[in-house]
Amino acid sequence: MRISSAFSPGRWLIYGVLTLAALFFLLPFYVMLVTAFKTMPEVYSTGILALPDSLNFSAWIHAWSAATIGAASEGIHGYFLNSFILVIPAVIISTAIGAFNGYVLTHWRFRGSNIFFYMLLLGTIIPFQIVLLPMAWVQGRIGIAGTLVPGLMMVHVIYGLAFTTLFFRNYYVGIPHDLIKAARVDGAGFFSIFFRIMLPVSTPIIMVTAIWQFTMIWNNFLFGVVFTQGGQQPVTVAINDLVDTVTSVHMWNVDMAAAIFAALPTLLVYLIAGKYFVRGLTAGAVKG
Amino acid sequence: MGRLILKNIHKTFGKDEVLHGINIETEENQFLILVGPSGCGKTTLLNIIAGLERESAGDILINDRRVNDQSPKNRDIAMVFQSYALYPSMSVRDNILFGLVNRHVPKEEREQILQDVAHMLQLDHLLDRRPRQLSGGQQQRVAIGRAIARRPALFLFDEPLSNLDAKLRVEMRTEIKRLHQQLQTTMVYVTHDQIEAMTMGDLIAVMNDGIIQQLGTPDAIYNDPANRFVAGFMGSPSMNFIPVTVCQGEGTVWLEVREEGQAVSRLPLPPVLQSGLKTAVDRKVILGIRPEQITDPGSAREGSALHTMELKVDMTEPTGADTLVFTRLHKTPLVARAHPSTKLVLGSNTPLSFHMERAVFFDPDDGQRLA
Amino acid sequence: MPSRKAAFSGRDQLMAKLVLSPTILAATFFIYGFILWTIWLSLTRSTILPSNHFVGLANYYDLFGSSRWWRSLSNLGIFGGLYVLISVGIGLGLAILLDQRVKAERLYQVVFLYPMALSAVVTGVAWRWLLDPGFGIQAIVRSMGFPHFAFAWIDNPDMAIYTVVIAAVWQTTGFMMAIFLAGLRGVSPEIVKAAQIDGASTGRIYLRVILPSLAPTFFVALVLSVGLAIKSFGLIIALTGGGPGYSTNVPSIFMYVFSFQRGEMGVGAASALMMLVIMMIFVLPFLLLDSRRQA
Repeated sequence: MRISSAFSPGRWLIYGVLTLAALFFLLPFYVMLVTAFKTMPEVYSTGILALPDSLNFSAWIHAWSAATIGAASEGIHGYFLNSFILVIPAVIISTAIGAFNGYVLTHWRFRGSNIFFYMLLLGTIIPFQIVLLPMAWVQGRIGIAGTLVPGLMMVHVIYGLAFTTLFFRNYYVGIPHDLIKAARVDGAGFFSIFFRIMLPVSTPIIMVTAIWQFTMIWNNFLFGVVFTQGGQQPVTVAINDLVDTVTSVHMWNVDMAAAIFAALPTLLVYLIAGKYFVRGLTAGAVKG
Repeated sequence: MGRLILKNIHKTFGKDEVLHGINIETEENQFLILVGPSGCGKTTLLNIIAGLERESAGDILINDRRVNDQSPKNRDIAMVFQSYALYPSMSVRDNILFGLVNRHVPKEEREQILQDVAHMLQLDHLLDRRPRQLSGGQQQRVAIGRAIARRPALFLFDEPLSNLDAKLRVEMRTEIKRLHQQLQTTMVYVTHDQIEAMTMGDLIAVMNDGIIQQLGTPDAIYNDPANRFVAGFMGSPSMNFIPVTVCQGEGTVWLEVREEGQAVSRLPLPPVLQSGLKTAVDRKVILGIRPEQITDPGSAREGSALHTMELKVDMTEPTGADTLVFTRLHKTPLVARAHPSTKLVLGSNTPLSFHMERAVFFDPDDGQRLA
Repeated sequence: MPSRKAAFSGRDQLMAKLVLSPTILAATFFIYGFILWTIWLSLTRSTILPSNHFVGLANYYDLFGSSRWWRSLSNLGIFGGLYVLISVGIGLGLAILLDQRVKAERLYQVVFLYPMALSAVVTGVAWRWLLDPGFGIQAIVRSMGFPHFAFAWIDNPDMAIYTVVIAAVWQTTGFMMAIFLAGLRGVSPEIVKAAQIDGASTGRIYLRVILPSLAPTFFVALVLSVGLAIKSFGLIIALTGGGPGYSTNVPSIFMYVFSFQRGEMGVGAASALMMLVIMMIFVLPFLLLDSRRQA
């Protein structure tokens, strides 16, 4: 027996278990992907794991521009665009406000600002069902009920603030207060300190916060299904409608293609900037 | 330039009063040290002078101008921080110029100042670097350069050397002193390091519990301490404190170390000190004497009021220049300073000479100076 | 008498308050105000439209007289309990394995964590396909030569809630892994070295030295996973639609159906409040414990 210490049976076991786990995590996406490239006859005739005979894009095209969602048969592309129209301003606004809040809460504290911070923290743990009914009523009263922008966007900005503020606060706590003192002695005021001193060192936390907000808002279903209607829905709601629509035959390949479309933006962000995504998940969580 | 006057400064945080009426007045071009243990209020006082914190009561005058209501920007001050507080996103050049740009100093003038400062502190080759590309000592010099560029009436230093290693700290000490002479401006320097205080200051304010315990020259602080706190805080190793009883008889005054009411040692008092202690006869007092005033007989100064005793050596600590001897006078631990060539055997007795004319006395209850 | 008004930094301090005030107002109104508002709604005869007709606890009697609500609660208990145990357990296990100086560690991490970047709806759709008896896992195993293999939980009212557990574990176990891995990386290497010098085996070092020092990480993982379980909504809607029947209803679905589909706003508000209470029961003790530990 010649077993080097680096590849002892224990090591093989570790890699074995990790690889099995990886297969488990990859399986659903693999199945989605191969199904989306099949024709419906192929879906029926081949196993769920089998590769498609050829790369057939008809399901993708159908999902994008022809599938029936609600009353219309125009595919998910409109809803996909809706999500972008919603997400971009919501991320920018909630991140910007969070940055200012974090700056105030760490370096311009005043009486009561800490109490406020703990008040805000609760906003990160409440089940949002508790605010749905009053919010629906308020939106109705000010005439923005059912709209994507500003209705749904406003909801996401408001309930995202607790998270963005928390992120920036925890980051700015690490910036020495002496820096602010020095800038004040140097004659800089509230905004000039923020823009000249704080913002230039904030790139990592801006990335973390923006990616977090992008992922959360893009993937959100509850607010979308409650607060939008009539073609204004975000893509997650549209996907659910598509899959739920009872037609004579369930077009699994179209469902899967549509679901992948809906998953693509956040998945790409994750693959490109996963470091920031993970930091948001753990930092936001661990420090809370 | 740069007279600083503090009149009866108070500061409260909620219910806690952290400064209880601080009064300081400097001459022009003085080096004022605020020294004390952490939590004594020295940094709070510096922040109040800078305008970074608001005093609860009292007046602050810089060059005879009351600045209480002025923002830090308008107080004609500059400040150097313990953490240097260099703006991480700006180059050395921009760090130095930031305050000048904020004050709308014309461009040509700014460039001239930058050249002067860079030259004075040998920063010329570092101007385009970012703070994180600099060593600790270089960052410190940039921080000082940033302060100098402003040509303020008052420089404020908040423990600027405590993040540097020992060798660099000594170098920077000299450099700051040199700058002080060159710039002819008053500097206020906060430190907890009594050696920095003694070596750098013209005027030292020793603070504790939000009160100035003593304000005076380094010589006065060291040799003529106002109370037991100052005596104990300044000097390393610390001053020896021996509880004694003052006795009088046959026209002379002497001291006795007593155990359970019985005299176990007698210490004579030189005539100059006797008059000061006449009022304390038959009372307990605290005798304070610095380690360097207890020496081996060979190092003792001629003609001083010497009193030599045989004391047991518990431990020695050679520092090179001399050797610290740890011993006890009955139950009171003492530290003496002996010449390094002195023969010292652990556990054996050695003769030690007390320079009694340098002794000081404190009230055992409130620690105030008696004589 | 010196002036006591902070005139010098007054403008900046005022700016700070101004900047924060929109968020303060928003949080006060849209979080706390809305909580009180929902409480009020739950005490009124609100149906499709809100009403101010006070009916006391009538909606709560209706709620707790409803078998569908009880089914939702017991489903949350089953789903939440299993989901938290399994995802925290597997997450911890994977984190420990990844902490063994594994090659391609980054790659494994990316694979374990990517479901977290997907929408719960997408996850639901994918697992609905995989769990479909006619095409999914049952069909695969049958085609591999086990013609009597049965795995049709998703169509079985007694078993469907377990399919929700599977999908939820799949989506968030990587998240738990990431939290534990961050915790493991925070353990002082010197403590581990000291234990190695003391002759402890790897297993013993984990059991006696590393895991006990991860107590705060466990708190975080538990609080987060309990929170995720209570908030789960899109995943169940997309996977089972709350069915068959209402066999996979949970409070979040109950609330949605009663408030927005059946026009029983009073009962919906009461169920929303119960969700908040459940969350507080499980999360507040952890938060208090945590703040005491830090103090």
